Amino acid sequence: MTAGIDGLSAAEIASAVSGRKLSALAVTEAALARIAKHDPILNSFTDVTADRARAKARSVDAAIAAGKNAGPLAGVPFAVKNLFDVQGLPTRAGSKINRDLKPSPRDATLIERIEAAGAVLVGALNMGEYAYDFTGENVHDGPSRNPHDVTRMTGGSSGGSGGAVGGNLVPLALGSDTNGSIRVPSSFCGIFGLKPTYGRLSRARSFPFVFSFDHLGPFARNVGDLALAYDAMQGPDAEDAACTTRPAEPVMPLLTQDIGALRIAIAGGYFQKNVFPEAIEAVARVAKALGTTRIVEIPEAARARAAAYVITTSEGASLHLDRLRQRPNDFDPAVRDRLLAGAMIPAPLVDRAQKFRRWYRAQVIELFKSVDVIIAPATPCVAPKLGQTTFVLDGVELPVRANIGIHTQPISFIGLPVAAVPVPLEPMPIGVQIIAAPWREDIALRVAYALERAGVVSAPPPRGI
Amino acid sequence: MAADPLDDYIDAVSKALALPVEDAWKPAVKANLEVSLRLARLVDEFSLPDETEPASVFAA
Repeated sequence: MTAGIDGLSAAEIASAVSGRKLSALAVTEAALARIAKHDPILNSFTDVTADRARAKARSVDAAIAAGKNAGPLAGVPFAVKNLFDVQGLPTRAGSKINRDLKPSPRDATLIERIEAAGAVLVGALNMGEYAYDFTGENVHDGPSRNPHDVTRMTGGSSGGSGGAVGGNLVPLALGSDTNGSIRVPSSFCGIFGLKPTYGRLSRARSFPFVFSFDHLGPFARNVGDLALAYDAMQGPDAEDAACTTRPAEPVMPLLTQDIGALRIAIAGGYFQKNVFPEAIEAVARVAKALGTTRIVEIPEAARARAAAYVITTSEGASLHLDRLRQRPNDFDPAVRDRLLAGAMIPAPLVDRAQKFRRWYRAQVIELFKSVDVIIAPATPCVAPKLGQTTFVLDGVELPVRANIGIHTQPISFIGLPVAAVPVPLEPMPIGVQIIAAPWREDIALRVAYALERAGVVSAPPPRGI
Repeated sequence: MAADPLDDYIDAVSKALALPVEDAWKPAVKANLEVSLRLARLVDEFSLPDETEPASVFAA
């Protein structure tokens, strides 16, 4: 019964459910069956909210039976990184400590909005502890595993989001990206991810990490689904101090617009260093398809990454200071030791990093006067093996964790919108960042859509399950 | 061999902030702090005008 449902996109599900060709309940049961079958291996879910999902699906079906419009995501199953508040669950944020929190009284804003569009929450997803992670590994819940090779990382910290969508358990997931945590799992798991402009999507009722850089955003298996989810979640929210007051700017009507007039360039210098051949190949394929050979230099990108690192560790330490004092042994030791060190950064260095951030933003905004889109690797390599701590690049042994996010950090540092697009290399896919000026998600998604139409980027079927 | 001043710094800051840093954790804390300080130096050595404002979000 579920055979015809399992491969459907979010848009196809919504169309079939709204057209009464499929019931939302049947779609939900099929998603729950996929999770039951494959998640014991993938370990992407930490909570499956089956009762809630069935109740929501029934309400969608009832609305349609009553002749109501159930929304653009009618009956579409989705799941969220477990740092989103889900009513009735403690928001664990990948930690042991937060399991002691009281159950959340209310869903995160983005869950409320995407469910208002008809989607059906089926569970919460594994993640690196407190989002301070690029691997998708978790000492408390076990690692999420890559759906294309279960001996490999999903990428973090939204590892379960990457695994659940890459493994085709759900067509949509939500995650967070502070330094790369949407773009890295998208790259390693071969799916599409959108890190919107900083402030575009509300973070209300999600567990924070670094106020200066925290973003939330969607994952999907195609650009249309990514845009559907994004449009459903846009809009101001007074409950997030950083959330924009700009009205929603829907991108769905713009996706098919021609991209011929866009000025597209490849990020040079810093972004062409410390990369494996597969990342070079992926960027080259995208650049060729877009007909560009132009290189632009993002000024002082290495310093931007350094400043992002300093602000992250300092703000992260500040957030967790009481927990470090009271329950240091309940942290993942690696996370604890990073946070303890972060608490020891002298304040003037953090202040200077925030001043540098403003300077760097001005430089990059200037650059966007002569270019509309910049393409860059999403990760320096395909997914490393689980537990792998080093890799060798140009004969030099480098730590894995510290280097996975080197190409994402200078971009989220100033909140630029990025569509991460998967290049389906064999045997493992890898992602490319399509970067636009602030508030121009439409441009990044139009380019992603054109690349998808050209057959250059796509989410490969899960190869490892 | 002279003691590394960073070890003293870690001891002093952990006392000042009442952070329980066990001896067994110190090598990893120190390694992380060394990376952070090295990266912070990259930012520190970059000259900016006195008038440069930080990028933090605040609206009165």
